[in-house]
Amino acid sequence: MSLLHLAIVSPLLLAVIIPIFSKSIRQIHTGWFVLPLPVVLFSYFLSFISTTSHQGTVYESFEWIPSLGINFAAKIDGLGLLFALLISGIGALVVLYSIYYLAKDKEQLGNFYVYLLLFMGAMLGVVLSDNLIVMYGFWELTSISSFLLIGYWYHREKSRYGAQKSMLITVFGGLAMLGGIILLYIMTGSFSISEIVAQSDIVLEHTLLIPAILCFLLGAFTKSAQFPFHIWLPDAMEAPTPVSAYLHSATMVKAGIYLVARMSPVFAESPVWLWLVGGFGIVTLFWGSFSAVKQTDLKSILAFSTVSQLGLIMSLLGVGAAALHYDGIDDNVFTVATTAAVFHLINHATFKGSLFMVVGIVDHETGTRDIRKLGGLMHLMPVTFTLAIIGAFSMAGLPPFNGFLSKEMFFTGMVNILKLDLFSLSTWGLLFPVLAWIASVFTFIYSMKLVFRTFTGKYKPEGLKKKPHEAPLGMLISPVVLGSLVIIFGLFPNILSHNLISPAMASILPSLLSPGDIFDVHIYFWHGPTPELFMTIGVVILGILLYLTLPKWEKAYHLLPEKLTLNKIYDRGLESIQSGSFKLTRFYMNGYIRTYLVYIFAFFILILGYTLYTKDAFVIDTTNVSSIGFYEIVLSLLIVVATITILFAKSRLTSIILLGAVGYTVALFFVVFRAPDLALTQLVIETVSVALFLLCFYHLPKFKKEESKIPFKLTNALISIGVGAIVTAIALSANSTKLFDSISQFYVDNTYIRAAGKNMVNVILVDFRGFDTLFEICVLAIASLGIFAMIKLRLTRGKEG
Amino acid sequence: MRTNDLILQTVTKVILFIILLFSIHLFFAGHYYPGGGFIGGLMTAGALVLLLLAFDMKTVANILPVNYRIMTAIGLLFSIGTGAGSLLFNVPFLTHAFNDVYLPILGKTSLHTAVLFDIGVYLVVIGVTMTIIQTIGEDE
Amino acid sequence: MEIVMAFVVGIIFMAATYLMLSKSLLRIIIGTGLLSHGTHLLVLTMGGLKNGAAPLLGEHAAQYNDPLPQALILTAIVIAFGVTSFFLVLAYRAYQELGTDNMDRLRGTKINE
Repeated sequence: MSLLHLAIVSPLLLAVIIPIFSKSIRQIHTGWFVLPLPVVLFSYFLSFISTTSHQGTVYESFEWIPSLGINFAAKIDGLGLLFALLISGIGALVVLYSIYYLAKDKEQLGNFYVYLLLFMGAMLGVVLSDNLIVMYGFWELTSISSFLLIGYWYHREKSRYGAQKSMLITVFGGLAMLGGIILLYIMTGSFSISEIVAQSDIVLEHTLLIPAILCFLLGAFTKSAQFPFHIWLPDAMEAPTPVSAYLHSATMVKAGIYLVARMSPVFAESPVWLWLVGGFGIVTLFWGSFSAVKQTDLKSILAFSTVSQLGLIMSLLGVGAAALHYDGIDDNVFTVATTAAVFHLINHATFKGSLFMVVGIVDHETGTRDIRKLGGLMHLMPVTFTLAIIGAFSMAGLPPFNGFLSKEMFFTGMVNILKLDLFSLSTWGLLFPVLAWIASVFTFIYSMKLVFRTFTGKYKPEGLKKKPHEAPLGMLISPVVLGSLVIIFGLFPNILSHNLISPAMASILPSLLSPGDIFDVHIYFWHGPTPELFMTIGVVILGILLYLTLPKWEKAYHLLPEKLTLNKIYDRGLESIQSGSFKLTRFYMNGYIRTYLVYIFAFFILILGYTLYTKDAFVIDTTNVSSIGFYEIVLSLLIVVATITILFAKSRLTSIILLGAVGYTVALFFVVFRAPDLALTQLVIETVSVALFLLCFYHLPKFKKEESKIPFKLTNALISIGVGAIVTAIALSANSTKLFDSISQFYVDNTYIRAAGKNMVNVILVDFRGFDTLFEICVLAIASLGIFAMIKLRLTRGKEG
Repeated sequence: MRTNDLILQTVTKVILFIILLFSIHLFFAGHYYPGGGFIGGLMTAGALVLLLLAFDMKTVANILPVNYRIMTAIGLLFSIGTGAGSLLFNVPFLTHAFNDVYLPILGKTSLHTAVLFDIGVYLVVIGVTMTIIQTIGEDE
Repeated sequence: MEIVMAFVVGIIFMAATYLMLSKSLLRIIIGTGLLSHGTHLLVLTMGGLKNGAAPLLGEHAAQYNDPLPQALILTAIVIAFGVTSFFLVLAYRAYQELGTDNMDRLRGTKINE
């Protein structure tokens, strides 16, 4: 357990304590207790920059399940550090923002911050663990915390719908990724990412390569909302705005990007990878920006815009893989795509984060996010307006903001792909720059729409729930910080290039570097009259034209019938799965417990009987059996008599006493068979159980005579005799055939040496098999809570009950 | 069920402490002789049930104002904490450590982290049993 | 002795199954209790009976009884207690709310419609 591990799990640890703060100290907003953590984490991670910028890595590991090769290995390299900084940095800003956004007397702040911290820890775990299984665990935890955060206002139906949708889609992808991890393990015999990267030649030659790629990409695409899995992201906007800014634009949705970047050294040389990542990315870019234009809700616009920007980064990562088909980094024109991907990742976090916060402010101060009701807020909220201008112009790719720089590099990357004469890129590859350009036009349009429909035009106070005014200072700090970063990164991009971008690229494209080499990244503001510049100018001109004529061609969006949209397909699919499985279940589940028990017992008899018969397993061997003593015979007779008598017991009391008799006889059996611990336990348990039975049966009705027909009883009798016979047969044959040596000698030999105990049974329970015991007491605790809940919590039953 | 059961009550007062002491003995003996968390916990719970039988629910609740659900939770924390504690020493989850220590009065004593784990089990067993009995008993 | 125990266990299983198939919830609960007793004895028998001393190193014996089944059974006994009491309370509450313990009448209400 190192400091690095502690840093990763610190949000989870804080999440345990936070509810106490939120309950006991009500006069201070809970957010203030959370805020220091991301700030400290951010500065802690900053200290690693000097290491990673010299291509160094930090690796700490401790064993978790060594027998399966699963260690909690934490590794900081360029890529991981970049994400860790984003998570902690944006996290700090978002927590600060949320303190003003969520009112302390109205919201359940404890829940909110617990979920948020859960997410922060999980996300840090995803980007900093070197072991795929550990990463998978954290990955699913991000899905779960996202689910909880989207459903934070759980009384709204839309929140629940959005939460369920995001959960279904991302967890489905996560499971696919687990499949991919296992496939990789089959190929390389390791869960460690570093080791798998070292064996990438084996992976690339292997027949399982394509399935593994597909599985991993399913995980990445669902998480990063790539077409056609993007449908969950717009519905996720039901979450409180700080959450949208944090999870659904800056960090969680970038986990898919992270995964693709992280696995690039393994898979990227495959043409399938290039086409899938690049292709899905560019289609998502286009579709997201196209759909964003028709939205009327500010957050929906941002949601689709996020989808499209994620597609942009994804396509850049795909195209950047082309660089691997060259040997070195000298005049390798394809690395520019990877540079652009990393750079845009940072830029997107800054401008989209600030835009989300701006939208949150507008929503908070006016009570609506519908751009049809908004307008003319420019004079009322000058600071917010300025921030919106900065963010939106950067998003549209206008100078002097950082979005302009990465957009230019994006065009360069897309144009360069035509130069590669591989995998039919020189012909079909033309789709990349064309789609990229069209998508940029749409991006321009919705960026303008976002700003000008909200802040200019006619002020319509009658449609607003509140009287709008500028946001409080505290709420403005975070977007102002992000907005300034947009400008700073736009004017001085090279403060990032050496410290963050170059090390991150080294993690994505390690094979291009010879030892000691680094990527020499330099971002130029002006690179002369290149095709990219003309593309940007074209975007601006066409964008302005189309924006001004928007009302005329907007109808084109209604051409696609409602029934065919992906959302409808998802909804109908979900419904038909439910009704289909309901029908299937109804087919054999008729609601009678007896029927199910009959199924179980019948299968028990048939399958076991069949196996015993076909395998010739039924043998009776009396050579090794132990002697029969007098007491044992007496006890056996006693237990048999008691058991049979229960069957004919007429009253409740008799049957309880008889059951108790059986129990005590079992305890005596334990004594005779030299199992002192069992005997003690059984005696005490039996006493407590009988007391319990009496307590409960006191309230329960008397035994009624079973009014049942003879066939009913006969079937029961037949099945029971069958079960008894099979169990006896199994017991006899198992006793007579020993296929394997017993493992028990290990415990006999090691109880004193390894565990310093003398009572083997107890040592097995607390030491050798302590995990069993741990789960057992969990089960007990759950059972007792269940009982408590059944009796104490009486929900008022509705009429339908 | 308010019967004035003098004999049972008097006997219980004496027997109770014997059972409790015996259960604690069983608990600590567990590592070397029959006993351990489960048996010790059950025995203690049995003693408490006897108390409930001899006196009524309210009296017992007054003498022992324990919230057994919290006891269960504390027990679970003990067990999981002992397990997770081993992670701090860079060994797999639930690895135990033991040593012989010379204490002033007790002399040579072996200390074992398994005891901490077993304390968790002990508390959970008492907590669970008593929660069950108490909730059913209170529900009239 | 193992042979005898095999038959004893068989009889217990038979009785337990018969009780569990009946219509009264109470009998079903008693049946499950019986079933767990049978299982414990079965597991213990399968580990071999009377092979040596009780599994305590203090006995200084040359041969010990198999400790592993005993540990498993100890866990099972306690779990069985938890499950049985849960089941009991379930039956008790079901009777309180619905006024019957007849399984035919306890059939789940129609789902979804």
